[in-house]
Amino acid sequence: MRSLLSLIFEPGFFTSAPVHTAMIVGGGAAVVSGVVGVFTVIRGQSFAGHALADVSSAGGSASFLLGINPLLGFLGMAVIAAGGMELAGARLARERDLVTGIMLGAGLGLAALFLYFDVTTSSTTGAAITVMFGSMFSIPASIIPLALAVGVAALAVSGLLYRPLLLASLSPELAAVQGIHVRMIGLLHLLVLAFAVALAAMTVGAILSSALLIGPAAIAIRLTKRPGLAIAASVLAGLVATWGGIILAYDSFYWTPGHGWPVSFFIVSLIFVLYLAATAVRGHAGTEAAV
Amino acid sequence: MQCQRDEVLAVDRVSVSFSGRPVLREVTFSLGAGEFCGLIGTNGAGKTTLLRTILGFQAPLAGRVRVDRASDQDGLPAIGYVPQKITLDSSIPVRARDVVALGLDGHRFGLSFSTKKRQGLVAEMLAAVGAEKFADQRVGNLSGGEQQRVLIAHALIRRPRLLLLDEPLANLDMRSAAEIASLLRRLSVEHRITVLLSTHDMNPLLPLMDRVVYLANGRAASGATDDVIRTDVLSRLYGYHIDVVRVHDRILVVAAEAPEEIPAAVEKYPAHVAQIP
Ligand SMILES: Nc1ncnc2c1ncn2[C@@H]1O[C@H](COP(=O)(O)OP(=O)(O)O)[C@@H](O)[C@H]1O
Ligand SMILES: [Mg+2]
Repeated sequence: MRSLLSLIFEPGFFTSAPVHTAMIVGGGAAVVSGVVGVFTVIRGQSFAGHALADVSSAGGSASFLLGINPLLGFLGMAVIAAGGMELAGARLARERDLVTGIMLGAGLGLAALFLYFDVTTSSTTGAAITVMFGSMFSIPASIIPLALAVGVAALAVSGLLYRPLLLASLSPELAAVQGIHVRMIGLLHLLVLAFAVALAAMTVGAILSSALLIGPAAIAIRLTKRPGLAIAASVLAGLVATWGGIILAYDSFYWTPGHGWPVSFFIVSLIFVLYLAATAVRGHAGTEAAV
Repeated sequence: MQCQRDEVLAVDRVSVSFSGRPVLREVTFSLGAGEFCGLIGTNGAGKTTLLRTILGFQAPLAGRVRVDRASDQDGLPAIGYVPQKITLDSSIPVRARDVVALGLDGHRFGLSFSTKKRQGLVAEMLAAVGAEKFADQRVGNLSGGEQQRVLIAHALIRRPRLLLLDEPLANLDMRSAAEIASLLRRLSVEHRITVLLSTHDMNPLLPLMDRVVYLANGRAASGATDDVIRTDVLSRLYGYHIDVVRVHDRILVVAAEAPEEIPAAVEKYPAHVAQIP
């Protein structure tokens, strides 16, 4: 047993400060993305989630120029984008996709500009990789309090909205009959989505954050037909992928001496493998999942 | 209108326009407790608009709607509503049972805890609509008729006195339509629920309806079925000559000579005969 553990956890894993920070911030991102992702998938807002992430990359890259906490950068732009989408107020799916696509483009354009300044005017040459694809072992420990606060806020709002949001996601009309303020609920969910995306962008990078948001949720809804269980399964899948990815990335320093492989690669790969496994399980159990 | 009966819904000279175009003009009718009423009209006649006005989703230009508030809960008028079309994706991780439970407390903030009482109410409602067999399936995987049963249970679990359904029989095969119609009638009688149900085809409801509200040209005629579905009443409503034809157990409403200004919604059938639902 001991030798098996030492095979998985290479020396120094438990004492490394960057690993601690990665485990905490990554775990928080996985939990929040897992919860928010299930609602996002049910509401058919995966594209909106992806767009928020892309726009948030502008904030992340600006934070390197300004020398501020990168999470603040991601968060700021994601929230602005969420507000913009809501203000555009497009009700038809096609129109909403157009608005979302335009915002996504504008956000990535800004990110391109800021990243260009980042790499040409300062010494932060790794900024592009960090913002877009994440570099978990270089997350400063100083962001932990803010990351936890954002995570707790997102979870608290999600818990509060649970039933009205579920009903409004099934049918806005059914929700309205019960006196639910459907538009307010939608806006709050978009804000929580922005929080989740910012945390995930901090972890696996802006481009890959939608994988952490959508992947575990997609795995979960294949495995269970209960909303509460789906959320739990989604959180679990996100944690397995994120912590598993961190462990594998740490180990990879020993596979190819001198440089490790990026954490994001492992996280996204694990999500993909879990997704395939879930699909196989579901196929095996017939079209209707048992639980 | 002085009414002796226990009035649950009163629609009083309600007019609704969309950007200046009148859709409902001075629609007036009332429904008593436990009455089963069909809201009949062609596509575009204003059935959905009328139901949305009763629910308070659509503000009338003039007139008012009064709904009995005796069974209000949590400050909400207890109106049950089954909307026209809900598309439920089969991947959504929500069981039929969960949809019914959301009818009970979907408006509450915070997490739900599955108490014995809550489970009991849900199970009772599922049984009342004959949905126990598929209660644990994903709601998106159910057939149209099964989904209607679940939505009816969702709408009724808070025991409203008034139930509005928007074209619940559309998209159902004849047998399911007949089953849903008689289920609604039975619930209406057993629990003294006033049911207002819109349809473009009144025939499945003929043996069941106490009353009809017939919409045409933005105006409504209401009363007992035999007092409304008549040549003179409908001719006045449409503004041109209408024949009510009874064939076997069905009623056909036809315009013998389709006038030029006949509304687009009325199909010409055949040659000079336009059939109206
Ligand atoms: N929100 C709206 N804005 C503009 N026109 C509307 C709106 N809702 C309905 N209408 C119009 O009002 C008329 C009645 O529509 P509706 O109540 O949906 O009819 P029905 O349900 O009987 O088919 C139609 O001509 C429709 O185009
Ligand atoms: Mg309609």
